[in-house]
Amino acid sequence: MNPSIVLQVAGSVFRESVRDRVLYNLVAFAVLLIAVSFLLGQLTAGQDVKIIKDLGLAAIGTFGLLIAVFIGVGLVWKEVEKRSIYSLLSKPVRRHEFILGKFCGLGLTLVVNVAVMSVAFYLVLGWLAWRETPEVRASWAAPATDPAMLKAVLLITVELLLVTAIALFFSTFSSPFLSVLMTVALWVIGSLSTDLRDLGTVVDAPVAAGLARGLYYILPNFSAFDVKAEVVHGVPVGAGYVALTTVYGAVYLAFVLAAAVAVFARRDFK
Amino acid sequence: MGRTTALLIVCLAVAATGLQAGLDRVGRPGLPDGVTGNILYLRSPGVATRAALSYRSLAADVYWIRTLQHYGRTKLSDEARKPYDLLQPLLDLTTSLDPRFNVAYRFGAIFLAEDPPAGAGRPDQAIALLEKGLVAQPGKWEFAQDIGFVHYWWRHDFDSAARWFQRAADMPDAPNWLAPLAAVTLAQGGSRESARLLWQQVVAEADADWLVSQGEFRLRQLDALDQIAALETLTREYEARRGDPPASWEALVQSGALRGMPLDPDGFPYRLNPYWGTVSLDERSTLNPLPTDAGTRP
Repeated sequence: MNPSIVLQVAGSVFRESVRDRVLYNLVAFAVLLIAVSFLLGQLTAGQDVKIIKDLGLAAIGTFGLLIAVFIGVGLVWKEVEKRSIYSLLSKPVRRHEFILGKFCGLGLTLVVNVAVMSVAFYLVLGWLAWRETPEVRASWAAPATDPAMLKAVLLITVELLLVTAIALFFSTFSSPFLSVLMTVALWVIGSLSTDLRDLGTVVDAPVAAGLARGLYYILPNFSAFDVKAEVVHGVPVGAGYVALTTVYGAVYLAFVLAAAVAVFARRDFK
Repeated sequence: MGRTTALLIVCLAVAATGLQAGLDRVGRPGLPDGVTGNILYLRSPGVATRAALSYRSLAADVYWIRTLQHYGRTKLSDEARKPYDLLQPLLDLTTSLDPRFNVAYRFGAIFLAEDPPAGAGRPDQAIALLEKGLVAQPGKWEFAQDIGFVHYWWRHDFDSAARWFQRAADMPDAPNWLAPLAAVTLAQGGSRESARLLWQQVVAEADADWLVSQGEFRLRQLDALDQIAALETLTREYEARRGDPPASWEALVQSGALRGMPLDPDGFPYRLNPYWGTVSLDERSTLNPLPTDAGTRP
Protein backbone atom coordinates (compact mmCIF):
# COMPACT_ATOMS: atom_id res chain seq x y z
CA MET A 1 0.00 0.00 0.00
CA ASN A 2 1.28 3.44 -0.92
CA PRO A 3 0.38 5.93 1.88
CA SER A 4 0.93 8.94 -0.38
CA ILE A 5 -1.78 7.72 -2.77
CA VAL A 6 -4.15 7.18 0.16
CA LEU A 7 -3.40 10.73 1.32
CA GLN A 8 -3.96 12.14 -2.17
CA VAL A 9 -7.37 10.47 -2.43
CA ALA A 10 -8.20 11.62 1.14
CA GLY A 11 -7.18 15.20 0.32
CA SER A 12 -9.37 15.17 -2.74
CA VAL A 13 -12.39 13.93 -0.71
CA PHE A 14 -11.77 16.62 1.93
CA ARG A 15 -11.47 19.39 -0.69
CA GLU A 16 -14.62 18.14 -2.40
CA SER A 17 -16.56 18.21 0.87
CA VAL A 18 -15.40 21.78 1.48
CA ARG A 19 -16.40 22.69 -2.08
CA ASP A 20 -19.80 21.05 -1.51
CA ARG A 21 -20.29 23.40 1.47
CA VAL A 22 -20.45 20.51 3.95
CA LEU A 23 -18.78 22.71 6.55
CA TYR A 24 -21.74 25.10 6.37
CA ASN A 25 -23.34 22.89 9.02
CA LEU A 26 -20.87 24.43 11.47
CA VAL A 27 -22.65 27.75 11.08
CA ALA A 28 -26.01 26.02 11.64
CA PHE A 29 -24.59 24.38 14.76
CA ALA A 30 -23.29 27.65 16.20
CA VAL A 31 -26.55 29.50 15.45
CA LEU A 32 -28.60 26.68 16.99
CA LEU A 33 -26.53 26.62 20.16
CA ILE A 34 -26.44 30.38 20.66
CA ALA A 35 -30.15 30.82 19.89
CA VAL A 36 -31.14 28.03 22.25
CA SER A 37 -28.90 29.33 25.03
CA PHE A 38 -30.67 32.71 24.78
CA LEU A 39 -34.13 31.17 24.79
CA LEU A 40 -33.75 28.43 27.38
CA GLY A 41 -33.18 30.48 30.52
CA GLN A 42 -36.85 31.20 31.06
CA LEU A 43 -38.07 27.75 30.07
CA THR A 44 -36.07 25.28 32.06
CA ALA A 45 -36.11 26.31 35.75
CA GLY A 46 -32.36 26.78 36.00
CA GLN A 47 -31.42 23.79 33.86
CA ASP A 48 -30.12 25.78 30.89
CA VAL A 49 -26.49 24.63 31.24
CA LYS A 50 -27.50 20.97 31.47
CA ILE A 51 -29.77 21.34 28.46
CA ILE A 52 -27.15 23.21 26.42
CA LYS A 53 -24.70 20.42 27.20
CA ASP A 54 -27.24 17.75 26.19
CA LEU A 55 -28.18 19.65 23.06
CA GLY A 56 -24.59 20.47 22.10
CA LEU A 57 -23.34 16.91 22.44
CA ALA A 58 -26.43 15.53 20.68
CA ALA A 59 -26.01 18.07 17.86
CA ILE A 60 -22.31 17.24 17.43
CA GLY A 61 -23.33 13.59 17.06
CA THR A 62 -26.30 14.27 14.79
CA PHE A 63 -24.58 16.66 12.39
CA GLY A 64 -21.69 14.22 12.15
CA LEU A 65 -24.04 11.28 11.65
CA LEU A 66 -25.81 13.03 8.78
CA ILE A 67 -22.48 13.79 7.12
CA ALA A 68 -21.16 10.27 7.70
CA VAL A 69 -24.27 8.59 6.31
CA PHE A 70 -25.25 10.83 3.43
CA ILE A 71 -21.76 11.57 2.14
CA GLY A 72 -20.37 8.16 3.09
CA VAL A 73 -22.89 6.27 0.95
CA GLY A 74 -22.02 8.38 -2.10
CA LEU A 75 -18.26 8.06 -1.83
CA VAL A 76 -17.91 5.08 -4.12
CA TRP A 77 -21.28 5.21 -5.82
CA LYS A 78 -20.65 8.72 -7.21
CA GLU A 79 -17.38 7.64 -8.82
CA VAL A 80 -19.13 4.67 -10.42
CA GLU A 81 -22.15 6.72 -11.51
CA LYS A 82 -19.96 9.43 -13.08
CA ARG A 83 -17.73 6.72 -14.56
CA SER A 84 -14.71 8.50 -13.14
CA ILE A 85 -13.83 5.19 -11.45
CA TYR A 86 -12.41 3.95 -14.76
CA SER A 87 -9.89 6.77 -15.12
CA LEU A 88 -9.05 6.52 -11.39
CA LEU A 89 -8.37 2.80 -11.43
CA SER A 90 -6.43 3.06 -14.67
CA LYS A 91 -3.91 5.20 -12.78
CA PRO A 92 -1.52 3.58 -10.31
CA VAL A 93 -4.23 3.57 -7.61
CA ARG A 94 -5.00 0.20 -6.16
CA ARG A 95 -8.53 -0.54 -5.06
CA HIS A 96 -7.75 -0.79 -1.36
CA GLU A 97 -5.87 2.53 -1.54
CA PHE A 98 -8.91 4.08 -3.15
CA ILE A 99 -11.24 2.80 -0.38
CA LEU A 100 -8.87 3.79 2.44
CA GLY A 101 -8.32 7.21 0.87
CA LYS A 102 -12.06 7.79 0.60
CA PHE A 103 -12.49 6.78 4.25
CA CYS A 104 -9.63 8.96 5.46
CA GLY A 105 -10.92 11.95 3.50
CA LEU A 106 -14.39 11.81 4.95
CA GLY A 107 -12.92 10.94 8.36
CA LEU A 108 -10.82 14.10 8.20
CA THR A 109 -13.92 16.13 7.27
CA LEU A 110 -15.73 14.69 10.28
CA VAL A 111 -12.82 15.28 12.66
CA VAL A 112 -12.55 18.93 11.54
CA ASN A 113 -16.33 19.28 11.95
CA VAL A 114 -16.35 17.78 15.43
CA ALA A 115 -13.33 19.84 16.49
CA VAL A 116 -14.81 23.16 15.35
CA MET A 117 -18.23 22.31 16.83
CA SER A 118 -16.58 21.39 20.13
CA VAL A 119 -14.77 24.75 20.24
CA ALA A 120 -18.08 26.58 19.59
CA PHE A 121 -19.77 24.38 22.21
CA TYR A 122 -17.18 25.23 24.88
CA LEU A 123 -17.31 28.93 23.97
CA VAL A 124 -21.11 29.04 24.47
CA LEU A 125 -20.81 27.14 27.76
CA GLY A 126 -17.99 29.44 28.88
CA TRP A 127 -20.17 32.43 28.18
CA LEU A 128 -23.07 30.86 30.12
CA ALA A 129 -20.76 30.24 33.07
CA TRP A 130 -19.31 33.75 32.90
CA ARG A 131 -22.72 35.44 33.17
CA GLU A 132 -23.74 33.40 36.25
CA THR A 133 -22.86 34.11 39.87
CA PRO A 134 -20.38 31.86 41.73
CA GLU A 135 -23.30 30.53 43.86
CA VAL A 136 -25.22 29.39 40.80
CA ARG A 137 -22.08 27.86 39.28
CA ALA A 138 -21.47 25.98 42.53
CA SER A 139 -24.93 24.39 42.29
CA TRP A 140 -24.20 22.75 38.91
CA ALA A 141 -23.54 19.01 38.90
CA ALA A 142 -20.39 19.64 36.84
CA PRO A 143 -18.60 22.81 35.71
CA ALA A 144 -20.01 24.33 32.51
CA THR A 145 -16.74 23.87 30.64
CA ASP A 146 -15.94 20.50 32.21
CA PRO A 147 -13.00 18.98 30.28
CA ALA A 148 -14.52 15.54 30.96
CA MET A 149 -17.00 16.27 28.16
CA LEU A 150 -14.10 15.76 25.74
CA LYS A 151 -14.35 12.05 26.56
CA ALA A 152 -17.88 12.05 25.16
CA VAL A 153 -16.67 14.06 22.14
CA LEU A 154 -13.87 11.54 21.54
CA LEU A 155 -16.26 8.59 21.67
CA ILE A 156 -18.72 10.42 19.38
CA THR A 157 -15.86 10.88 16.89
CA VAL A 158 -14.97 7.18 17.02
CA GLU A 159 -18.65 6.31 16.55
CA LEU A 160 -18.90 8.62 13.54
CA LEU A 161 -15.80 7.08 11.97
CA LEU A 162 -17.35 3.64 12.43
CA VAL A 163 -20.60 4.82 10.82
CA THR A 164 -18.55 6.25 7.94
CA ALA A 165 -16.85 2.89 7.45
CA ILE A 166 -20.22 1.12 7.44
CA ALA A 167 -21.70 3.60 4.95
CA LEU A 168 -18.63 3.18 2.77
CA PHE A 169 -18.94 -0.61 2.98
CA PHE A 170 -22.55 -0.54 1.76
CA SER A 171 -21.57 2.03 -0.86
CA THR A 172 -19.17 -0.48 -2.45
CA PHE A 173 -21.99 -2.73 -3.66
CA SER A 174 -25.34 -0.98 -3.20
CA SER A 175 -27.30 2.06 -4.32
CA PRO A 176 -27.19 5.19 -2.13
CA PHE A 177 -30.84 4.77 -1.08
CA LEU A 178 -30.36 1.20 0.12
CA SER A 179 -27.00 2.11 1.66
CA VAL A 180 -28.62 4.89 3.71
CA LEU A 181 -31.37 2.52 4.83
CA MET A 182 -28.95 -0.23 5.83
CA THR A 183 -26.48 2.12 7.55
CA VAL A 184 -29.22 3.83 9.55
CA ALA A 185 -30.81 0.47 10.41
CA LEU A 186 -27.47 -0.83 11.65
CA TRP A 187 -26.93 2.33 13.70
CA VAL A 188 -30.40 2.05 15.27
CA ILE A 189 -29.94 -1.63 16.09
CA GLY A 190 -26.46 -0.93 17.42
CA SER A 191 -27.85 1.82 19.63
CA LEU A 192 -30.35 -0.65 21.10
CA SER A 193 -27.86 -3.48 21.39
CA THR A 194 -28.24 -3.87 25.16
CA ASP A 195 -31.87 -4.83 24.50
CA LEU A 196 -30.62 -7.62 22.27
CA ARG A 197 -28.36 -8.83 25.05
CA ASP A 198 -31.16 -8.74 27.63
CA LEU A 199 -33.89 -10.23 25.43
CA GLY A 200 -33.63 -13.51 27.36
CA THR A 201 -34.90 -11.77 30.49
CA VAL A 202 -38.16 -10.66 28.86
CA VAL A 203 -39.04 -13.55 26.49
CA ASP A 204 -39.36 -17.21 27.29
CA ALA A 205 -37.78 -18.41 24.03
CA PRO A 206 -34.22 -19.67 24.50
CA VAL A 207 -33.51 -19.90 20.75
CA ALA A 208 -34.61 -16.31 20.05
CA ALA A 209 -32.76 -15.11 23.13
CA GLY A 210 -29.60 -16.95 22.04
CA LEU A 211 -29.90 -15.54 18.53
CA ALA A 212 -30.35 -12.02 19.91
CA ARG A 213 -27.36 -12.50 22.17
CA GLY A 214 -25.29 -13.66 19.20
CA LEU A 215 -26.33 -10.57 17.24
CA TYR A 216 -25.36 -8.45 20.24
CA TYR A 217 -21.78 -9.66 19.94
CA ILE A 218 -21.64 -9.51 16.13
CA LEU A 219 -23.31 -6.16 15.42
CA PRO A 220 -21.56 -2.90 16.28
CA ASN A 221 -22.46 -1.80 19.81
CA PHE A 222 -23.09 1.90 19.28
CA SER A 223 -24.59 2.31 22.75
CA ALA A 224 -21.10 1.79 24.19
CA PHE A 225 -19.99 5.09 22.64
CA ASP A 226 -22.77 7.03 24.34
CA VAL A 227 -21.49 8.55 27.59
CA LYS A 228 -23.19 11.91 27.04
CA ALA A 229 -25.52 11.65 30.04
CA GLU A 230 -22.67 10.63 32.34
CA VAL A 231 -20.38 13.54 31.44
CA VAL A 232 -23.25 16.04 31.60
CA HIS A 233 -24.07 14.93 35.15
CA GLY A 234 -20.43 14.90 36.17
CA VAL A 235 -20.39 11.12 36.66
CA PRO A 236 -16.80 9.91 36.26
CA VAL A 237 -16.10 8.01 33.03
CA GLY A 238 -12.93 6.03 33.54
CA ALA A 239 -9.99 6.46 31.17
CA GLY A 240 -9.90 2.64 30.91
CA TYR A 241 -13.48 2.57 29.62
CA VAL A 242 -12.77 5.31 27.08
CA ALA A 243 -9.58 3.54 25.91
CA LEU A 244 -11.26 0.12 25.64
CA THR A 245 -14.26 1.54 23.75
CA THR A 246 -11.92 3.43 21.41
CA VAL A 247 -9.95 0.24 20.73
CA TYR A 248 -13.24 -1.64 20.17
CA GLY A 249 -14.33 1.04 17.69
CA ALA A 250 -10.96 0.97 15.93
CA VAL A 251 -10.95 -2.83 15.60
CA TYR A 252 -14.55 -2.93 14.36
CA LEU A 253 -13.78 -0.09 11.97
CA ALA A 254 -10.76 -1.99 10.60
CA PHE A 255 -12.95 -5.08 10.17
CA VAL A 256 -15.61 -3.14 8.23
CA LEU A 257 -12.99 -1.41 6.06
CA ALA A 258 -11.35 -4.76 5.33
CA ALA A 259 -14.75 -6.10 4.28
CA ALA A 260 -15.31 -3.02 2.11
CA VAL A 261 -11.91 -3.49 0.46
CA ALA A 262 -12.65 -7.19 -0.11
CA VAL A 263 -16.02 -6.48 -1.73
CA PHE A 264 -14.66 -3.61 -3.82
CA ALA A 265 -11.70 -5.70 -4.96
CA ARG A 266 -14.03 -8.32 -6.40
CA ARG A 267 -16.34 -5.83 -8.06
CA ASP A 268 -16.46 -5.94 -11.84
CA PHE A 269 -16.82 -2.51 -13.48
CA LYS A 270 -17.08 -3.73 -17.07
CA MET B 1 -35.91 36.22 -10.42
CA GLY B 2 -38.12 38.78 -12.10
CA ARG B 3 -39.79 41.71 -10.37
CA THR B 4 -43.18 40.07 -10.74
CA THR B 5 -41.99 36.96 -8.90
CA ALA B 6 -40.41 39.03 -6.14
CA LEU B 7 -43.62 41.04 -5.80
CA LEU B 8 -45.65 37.84 -5.67
CA ILE B 9 -43.44 36.41 -2.90
CA VAL B 10 -43.73 39.60 -0.83
CA CYS B 11 -47.52 39.70 -1.31
CA LEU B 12 -47.92 36.05 -0.29
CA ALA B 13 -45.72 36.56 2.80
CA VAL B 14 -47.76 39.61 3.84
CA ALA B 15 -51.01 37.72 3.22
CA ALA B 16 -49.86 34.74 5.31
CA THR B 17 -48.84 37.06 8.18
CA GLY B 18 -52.16 38.91 7.97
CA LEU B 19 -54.13 35.67 7.99
CA GLN B 20 -52.19 34.46 11.02
CA ALA B 21 -53.10 37.66 12.87
CA GLY B 22 -56.73 37.15 11.79
CA LEU B 23 -56.68 33.57 13.11
CA ASP B 24 -55.43 34.85 16.46
CA ARG B 25 -58.26 37.38 16.60
CA VAL B 26 -60.94 34.80 15.78
CA GLY B 27 -59.49 32.38 18.34
CA ARG B 28 -59.66 28.61 18.43
CA PRO B 29 -62.98 26.92 19.18
CA GLY B 30 -63.07 26.02 22.87
CA LEU B 31 -63.30 22.46 24.16
CA PRO B 32 -66.42 21.34 26.03
CA ASP B 33 -66.41 21.50 29.84
CA GLY B 34 -64.48 18.68 31.46
CA VAL B 35 -62.35 18.03 28.36
CA THR B 36 -58.80 19.24 29.00
CA GLY B 37 -57.20 18.70 25.61
CA ASN B 38 -54.10 17.48 27.44
CA ILE B 39 -52.85 14.55 25.43
CA LEU B 40 -49.64 12.60 25.91
CA TYR B 41 -49.27 10.15 23.06
CA LEU B 42 -46.27 8.36 24.52
CA ARG B 43 -46.70 7.30 28.12
CA SER B 44 -44.56 4.21 28.40
CA PRO B 45 -41.11 5.00 29.82
CA GLY B 46 -39.80 1.72 28.34
CA VAL B 47 -40.89 2.66 24.82
CA ALA B 48 -39.64 6.23 25.25
CA THR B 49 -36.17 5.17 26.35
CA ARG B 50 -35.84 2.82 23.39
CA ALA B 51 -37.28 5.27 20.87
CA ALA B 52 -34.89 8.00 22.03
CA LEU B 53 -31.85 5.85 21.06
CA SER B 54 -28.73 7.78 22.10
CA TYR B 55 -30.73 10.98 22.62
CA ARG B 56 -32.27 9.99 25.96
CA SER B 57 -30.82 12.89 27.86
CA LEU B 58 -32.04 15.37 25.26
CA ALA B 59 -35.47 13.72 25.16
CA ALA B 60 -35.59 14.05 28.97
CA ASP B 61 -34.90 17.78 28.57
CA VAL B 62 -37.78 18.07 26.11
CA TYR B 63 -40.15 16.28 28.50
CA TRP B 64 -38.89 18.46 31.36
CA ILE B 65 -39.71 21.60 29.39
CA ARG B 66 -43.13 20.11 28.62
CA THR B 67 -43.60 19.42 32.35
CA LEU B 68 -42.83 23.03 33.23
CA GLN B 69 -45.13 24.30 30.49
CA HIS B 70 -47.94 21.99 31.58
CA TYR B 71 -47.55 22.99 35.23
CA GLY B 72 -47.28 26.72 34.49
CA ARG B 73 -50.10 26.79 31.97
CA THR B 74 -52.43 24.81 34.23
CA LYS B 75 -51.59 26.88 37.29
CA LEU B 76 -52.29 30.12 35.42
CA SER B 77 -55.45 28.86 33.70
CA ASP B 78 -58.87 30.25 34.58
CA GLU B 79 -60.41 26.81 35.06
CA ALA B 80 -61.88 26.15 38.49
CA ARG B 81 -60.56 22.57 38.57
CA LYS B 82 -56.92 22.72 37.52
CA PRO B 83 -56.27 19.58 35.47
CA TYR B 84 -52.68 18.61 36.29
CA ASP B 85 -53.40 15.22 34.76
CA LEU B 86 -50.21 15.04 32.67
CA LEU B 87 -47.86 16.06 35.45
CA GLN B 88 -47.11 12.61 36.83
CA PRO B 89 -46.69 10.84 33.44
CA LEU B 90 -44.48 13.67 32.15
CA LEU B 91 -42.27 13.51 35.23
CA ASP B 92 -42.17 9.72 34.98
CA LEU B 93 -40.99 9.96 31.36
CA THR B 94 -38.43 12.66 32.19
CA THR B 95 -36.88 10.71 35.03
CA SER B 96 -36.96 7.41 33.12
CA LEU B 97 -35.13 8.97 30.18
CA ASP B 98 -32.59 10.61 32.47
CA PRO B 99 -32.54 8.90 35.89
CA ARG B 100 -30.03 11.48 37.17
CA PHE B 101 -32.24 14.49 36.39
CA ASN B 102 -32.27 15.60 40.03
CA VAL B 103 -34.28 18.76 39.54
CA ALA B 104 -37.07 16.81 37.88
CA TYR B 105 -37.44 14.67 41.01
CA ARG B 106 -37.19 17.55 43.47
CA PHE B 107 -39.26 20.19 41.69
CA GLY B 108 -41.60 17.56 40.35
CA ALA B 109 -42.33 16.33 43.87
CA ILE B 110 -43.34 19.85 44.91
CA PHE B 111 -45.52 20.32 41.82
CA LEU B 112 -47.25 17.02 42.60
CA ALA B 113 -47.59 17.52 46.35
CA GLU B 114 -48.78 21.14 46.44
CA ASP B 115 -52.45 21.45 47.30
CA PRO B 116 -54.74 22.53 44.45
CA PRO B 117 -54.88 25.00 42.79
CA ALA B 118 -51.09 25.49 43.13
CA GLY B 119 -50.35 21.82 42.46
CA ALA B 120 -51.81 18.41 41.80
CA GLY B 121 -52.50 17.67 45.48
CA ARG B 122 -50.94 14.20 45.14
CA PRO B 123 -48.28 13.80 47.85
CA ASP B 124 -48.47 10.03 47.27
CA GLN B 125 -47.25 10.52 43.68
CA ALA B 126 -44.59 12.96 44.92
CA ILE B 127 -43.26 10.34 47.35
CA ALA B 128 -43.34 7.65 44.63
CA LEU B 129 -41.34 9.94 42.31
CA LEU B 130 -38.71 10.62 44.98
CA GLU B 131 -38.51 6.93 45.87
CA LYS B 132 -37.86 6.24 42.19
CA GLY B 133 -35.03 8.78 42.44
CA LEU B 134 -33.62 6.94 45.44
CA VAL B 135 -33.66 3.67 43.51
CA ALA B 136 -31.66 5.36 40.71
CA GLN B 137 -29.30 7.13 43.15
CA PRO B 138 -29.41 5.35 46.51
CA GLY B 139 -26.95 7.75 48.16
CA LYS B 140 -28.86 10.93 47.31
CA TRP B 141 -29.79 12.21 50.78
CA GLU B 142 -31.68 15.15 49.25
CA PHE B 143 -34.38 12.77 47.97
CA ALA B 144 -34.82 11.19 51.42
CA GLN B 145 -35.00 14.68 52.94
CA ASP B 146 -37.61 15.67 50.34
CA ILE B 147 -39.71 12.59 51.14
CA GLY B 148 -39.62 13.62 54.79
CA PHE B 149 -40.58 17.11 53.71
CA VAL B 150 -43.62 15.87 51.76
CA HIS B 151 -44.70 13.80 54.77
CA TYR B 152 -44.27 16.82 57.02
CA TRP B 153 -45.79 19.62 55.00
CA TRP B 154 -48.48 18.02 52.91
CA ARG B 155 -49.38 14.77 54.70
CA HIS B 156 -48.81 16.11 58.23
CA ASP B 157 -47.42 12.68 59.10
CA PHE B 158 -44.68 13.86 61.43
CA ASP B 159 -43.52 10.40 62.51
CA SER B 160 -42.85 9.39 58.90
CA ALA B 161 -41.24 12.77 58.27
CA ALA B 162 -38.88 12.32 61.22
CA ARG B 163 -38.05 8.78 60.05
CA TRP B 164 -37.12 10.01 56.56
CA PHE B 165 -35.11 12.95 57.90
CA GLN B 166 -33.18 10.48 60.05
CA ARG B 167 -32.69 8.19 57.06
CA ALA B 168 -31.35 11.17 55.08
CA ALA B 169 -29.08 12.09 58.01
CA ASP B 170 -27.62 8.57 58.00
CA MET B 171 -26.63 8.79 54.34
CA PRO B 172 -23.06 9.61 53.28
CA ASP B 173 -22.30 13.33 52.85
CA ALA B 174 -25.57 14.34 54.56
CA PRO B 175 -25.33 17.75 56.27
CA ASN B 176 -25.16 18.06 60.07
CA TRP B 177 -28.50 19.81 60.43
CA LEU B 178 -30.53 16.79 59.29
CA ALA B 179 -30.21 14.78 62.52
CA PRO B 180 -31.40 17.70 64.75
CA LEU B 181 -34.22 18.30 62.25
CA ALA B 182 -35.32 14.69 62.63
CA ALA B 183 -35.27 15.07 66.42
CA VAL B 184 -37.20 18.37 66.39
CA THR B 185 -39.77 16.93 63.98
CA LEU B 186 -40.28 13.92 66.21
CA ALA B 187 -40.60 16.05 69.34
CA GLN B 188 -42.51 19.05 68.01
CA GLY B 189 -43.87 17.98 64.61
CA GLY B 190 -46.37 20.50 63.30
CA SER B 191 -44.97 23.40 65.30
CA ARG B 192 -44.17 26.63 63.54
CA GLU B 193 -40.62 26.46 64.86
CA SER B 194 -39.92 23.10 63.25
CA ALA B 195 -41.66 24.22 60.05
CA ARG B 196 -39.53 27.36 60.00
CA LEU B 197 -36.37 25.31 60.48
CA LEU B 198 -37.42 23.11 57.57
CA TRP B 199 -38.10 25.96 55.15
CA GLN B 200 -34.94 27.83 56.21
CA GLN B 201 -32.95 24.77 55.21
CA VAL B 202 -34.83 24.57 51.90
CA VAL B 203 -33.88 28.19 51.15
CA ALA B 204 -30.29 27.68 52.26
CA GLU B 205 -29.84 24.50 50.21
CA ALA B 206 -31.92 25.48 47.15
CA ASP B 207 -30.08 25.44 43.85
CA ALA B 208 -32.76 27.24 41.87
CA ASP B 209 -34.41 30.64 42.15
CA TRP B 210 -37.87 29.12 42.00
CA LEU B 211 -37.25 26.98 45.09
CA VAL B 212 -35.74 29.94 46.95
CA SER B 213 -38.80 32.10 46.26
CA GLN B 214 -41.09 29.21 47.23
CA GLY B 215 -39.20 28.80 50.53
CA GLU B 216 -39.23 32.52 51.22
CA PHE B 217 -42.97 32.62 50.53
CA ARG B 218 -43.54 29.82 53.06
CA LEU B 219 -41.35 31.63 55.61
CA ARG B 220 -43.41 34.81 55.14
CA GLN B 221 -46.55 32.74 55.68
CA LEU B 222 -45.07 31.44 58.96
CA ASP B 223 -44.20 35.02 59.95
CA ALA B 224 -47.81 35.98 59.20
CA LEU B 225 -49.03 33.13 61.43
CA ASP B 226 -46.74 34.40 64.22
CA GLN B 227 -48.04 37.93 63.76
CA ILE B 228 -51.68 36.79 63.69
CA ALA B 229 -51.12 34.89 66.96
CA ALA B 230 -49.50 37.97 68.54
CA LEU B 231 -52.34 40.23 67.34
CA GLU B 232 -54.97 37.85 68.68
CA THR B 233 -53.20 37.91 72.06
CA LEU B 234 -53.54 41.71 71.99
CA THR B 235 -57.25 41.53 71.12
CA ARG B 236 -57.84 39.02 73.95
CA GLU B 237 -56.03 41.27 76.42
CA TYR B 238 -58.08 44.23 75.15
CA GLU B 239 -61.29 42.23 75.61
CA ALA B 240 -60.20 41.19 79.12
CA ARG B 241 -59.72 44.86 80.04
CA ARG B 242 -62.73 46.39 78.27
CA GLY B 243 -65.24 43.54 78.14
CA ASP B 244 -65.52 43.54 74.31
CA PRO B 245 -63.04 42.85 71.52
CA PRO B 246 -61.66 45.96 69.77
CA ALA B 247 -64.04 47.30 67.09
CA SER B 248 -61.15 48.27 64.82
CA TRP B 249 -57.37 48.53 64.70
CA GLU B 250 -57.72 52.20 65.62
CA ALA B 251 -59.13 51.14 69.00
CA LEU B 252 -56.02 49.09 69.68
CA VAL B 253 -53.80 51.95 68.50
CA GLN B 254 -55.61 54.42 70.78
CA SER B 255 -55.24 52.01 73.70
CA GLY B 256 -51.47 52.05 73.11
CA ALA B 257 -51.26 48.33 72.32
CA LEU B 258 -50.34 49.00 68.65
CA ARG B 259 -48.36 51.75 66.99
CA GLY B 260 -50.29 51.67 63.72
CA MET B 261 -52.25 49.60 61.25
CA PRO B 262 -50.70 46.10 61.30
CA LEU B 263 -49.52 44.88 57.89
CA ASP B 264 -48.70 41.33 56.86
CA PRO B 265 -45.19 40.52 55.53
CA ASP B 266 -46.37 41.27 51.99
CA GLY B 267 -47.71 44.70 53.01
CA PHE B 268 -51.45 44.00 53.13
CA PRO B 269 -53.41 45.11 56.24
CA TYR B 270 -54.62 42.33 58.54
CA ARG B 271 -58.37 41.98 58.94
CA LEU B 272 -59.91 42.14 62.41
CA ASN B 273 -63.21 40.46 63.21
CA PRO B 274 -64.77 42.92 65.69
CA TYR B 275 -67.23 40.34 67.06
CA TRP B 276 -64.80 37.57 67.91
CA GLY B 277 -61.52 39.44 68.04
CA THR B 278 -59.98 37.06 65.55
CA VAL B 279 -57.39 38.17 62.99
CA SER B 280 -56.98 36.96 59.42
CA LEU B 281 -55.22 37.89 56.20
CA ASP B 282 -56.82 40.40 53.90
CA GLU B 283 -58.44 38.53 51.00
CA ARG B 284 -56.17 40.43 48.57
CA SER B 285 -53.05 39.29 50.41
CA THR B 286 -50.57 37.37 48.29
CA LEU B 287 -49.92 35.09 51.27
CA ASN B 288 -53.31 33.39 50.91
CA PRO B 289 -54.10 30.62 51.60
CA LEU B 290 -52.21 30.06 54.85
CA PRO B 291 -51.24 26.46 55.71
CA THR B 292 -54.07 24.62 57.39
CA ASP B 293 -52.22 22.28 59.73
CA ALA B 294 -48.45 21.88 59.52
CA GLY B 295 -46.88 24.96 61.00
CA THR B 296 -50.05 26.37 62.53
CA ARG B 297 -49.21 25.41 66.10
CA PRO B 298 -47.09 27.96 67.95
